[in-house]
Amino acid sequence: MAAKQTISTTLSGWLLAAPLSAVLVLFLVLPIAMIVVVSFWGATEFSIFPAFRMDNYEFLFRSSVTYSVFLKTFMFTIVSWAFCLVIGFTVAYFLAFHVRTLTWQIALFLLCTIPFWTSNVIRMISWVPFLGRNGIANQSLISMGLIDQPLEWLLFSDFAVVLAFVHLYTLFMVVPIFNTMMRIDKSLLEAARDAGASGFQILTNVIIPLAKPGIMIGSIFVVTLVMGDFITVRFMSGSQSANVGRLIANDVALLRYPSAAATSVVLLITVLITIGIMLRFVNIRKEL
Amino acid sequence: MTRKPSSTSIGRRALLKGTAATAGLAIGSGAVTGFPTIWAQNIKDVTLRQFGTGVSNLNEVAEKVKEDLGFTLEMTALDSDSVTQRAATQPKSFDIADIEYWICKKVWPTGNLQAMDTSKIKNYDKIVGIFRTGKLNPGSVIAQGTAPHTVGFVEGPGSTKFADNESGWMTLIPTIYNADTLGIRPDLIGRPIETWAELLNPEFKGKASILDISSIGIMDMAMVCEAMGEITYGDKGNMTKEEIDKTIGIFTEAKNNGQFRAFWKSFDESVNLMASGEVVIQSMWSPAITAVRSKGIPCVYQPLKEGYRSWGGGIGLSSNLSGIELDAAYEYINWYLDGWVGGFLMRQGYYSAVPETSKNYMSEDEWGYWFEGKEAKGDITSPQGQVIEKAGAVRDGGSFEERMGRVACWNAVMDENQYMVGKWNEFIAA
Repeated sequence: MAAKQTISTTLSGWLLAAPLSAVLVLFLVLPIAMIVVVSFWGATEFSIFPAFRMDNYEFLFRSSVTYSVFLKTFMFTIVSWAFCLVIGFTVAYFLAFHVRTLTWQIALFLLCTIPFWTSNVIRMISWVPFLGRNGIANQSLISMGLIDQPLEWLLFSDFAVVLAFVHLYTLFMVVPIFNTMMRIDKSLLEAARDAGASGFQILTNVIIPLAKPGIMIGSIFVVTLVMGDFITVRFMSGSQSANVGRLIANDVALLRYPSAAATSVVLLITVLITIGIMLRFVNIRKEL
Repeated sequence: MTRKPSSTSIGRRALLKGTAATAGLAIGSGAVTGFPTIWAQNIKDVTLRQFGTGVSNLNEVAEKVKEDLGFTLEMTALDSDSVTQRAATQPKSFDIADIEYWICKKVWPTGNLQAMDTSKIKNYDKIVGIFRTGKLNPGSVIAQGTAPHTVGFVEGPGSTKFADNESGWMTLIPTIYNADTLGIRPDLIGRPIETWAELLNPEFKGKASILDISSIGIMDMAMVCEAMGEITYGDKGNMTKEEIDKTIGIFTEAKNNGQFRAFWKSFDESVNLMASGEVVIQSMWSPAITAVRSKGIPCVYQPLKEGYRSWGGGIGLSSNLSGIELDAAYEYINWYLDGWVGGFLMRQGYYSAVPETSKNYMSEDEWGYWFEGKEAKGDITSPQGQVIEKAGAVRDGGSFEERMGRVACWNAVMDENQYMVGKWNEFIAA
């Protein structure tokens, strides 16, 4: 009897997990496996053919462009991540600890999401007329007498790329941090205050450690989004900068699928390693 | 596969209706503006799927086809890279490919397109010499690059080998072509521009742009490097590795010195860069100039002493086409060359493959302005009715002969294409 029951629970366990596993296998594992397979294939001008050759990887690792592009991708990632973290944390902190009523917290939180009502690309492109040579930013600065010549580096530069990334992805930092902050027991803060801690000490000794999982989840969002991006870099740098995503996009456009697949595999591994390192700092599962 | 039933249905209808219907058709066909070879009934059910670049995939054309020929033409507009990709990899997804000649060179060997019998093309003899013998006039010199006539014919049906004469089997029916040069903002430059070399003139530091489509961009680069006297090419349309290295090297250096404001990939981007004044000199396409001008911003398609970089497109038939669809496709091609489309395209600043038929669909003033390079007598409007030029304006570069007679090279695909693409990626990432 007992044995039977175990079998049926194991069975129902498998069955319950089956739909999700099937979806994941079909739409995640198989496509990735396909990309890995194709990355060893060969290509001609207009077709790809099955083969097992290391050409694509060899070309990738031989080319100095690969290294400079990966370096640039990391640069964009680190800088954007740092800004997103500082701004995201500040906003979340304000919402969680300075706004007193739940109604206002929710209202202000929703306010943060308003930009998300329109498309990513449109929000990004709208910076172009703003930052341009004859754009609003330059015109205002000139009429205020702060500069005589328009600032050229505002648009089509690395500055513009990072600005767009920060604008697009800060909310991904705000949401998880706000979420963990809301769960912090307010009596802990009072206890710290009673024990004589200053505001800064409360922040560093109580709030930050307790908000770590949120920070880490937000960071994973931002890092993966920035590392996988190609369109923001293309538009905001006026095609003058490249990150790994653009390398892949160019390859695809020129029918070099195997080469694109090889670059994707290397990018995937890089992102996984980065996230692996990040997860060493915080055990998200335990903290949730 | 799905085409079979419709071709057998001709047979059935033909049997049912017999000769009486043929007589009826002959009368009915008068309404179909003189293209009476197919069953008016059946052709209504035909849908041809055409794809190509935005320049000639116009909804107006599809509407007019429905009106004149009765069948449905579905248009899909893509960028040149996607067009190549689709023609090469998804032969079942289209019936008619509207592609450029250099794309044809790349795609033809896949066998996804079928050659066309020129004896079925009514206006074949009137097609401009460029597409048949390579020469505009008997005395013209053939330009470098993938000149259309070199990939315009194959040895016979089913052949994948290009013929070097008018073999009677055409790969693409030429539809649209033009001579490209640099676009400038005369108000912001304030002095005459005469050579391609000006693109890299330090005077325009941070205000220049070039297009980020490798196969076309490399040609513009070559025009510039040659004009600067830095490189003399054997054939700009088929460079050696050393020539590619050197060309890209010169531009990489310019890029690192901040010569370029941005690179553009789509038509709209080039319009915005120019209209906003971010860029004052750049590679540009003719209708983009028109778009900038129609905003009231001065913009000139500057003729340069080294000549033009030219391109041409045409429509090719999918090898999957047969039976009534194939007949419909021939009808479509004949209609295309009959003049209405030509007139429509020429009023946008392109040229038609059979200019003399287009003339019938243009006013004398329009013909004079667009084709003959004469001063406009009245307002010149776009096909959509927008005023582009006021009376007294003259087309940049002048007449058809002056412009197409000064082509220095054609858009091309090189033997070292893969190498060039790799180098191009390095240039963008540099």
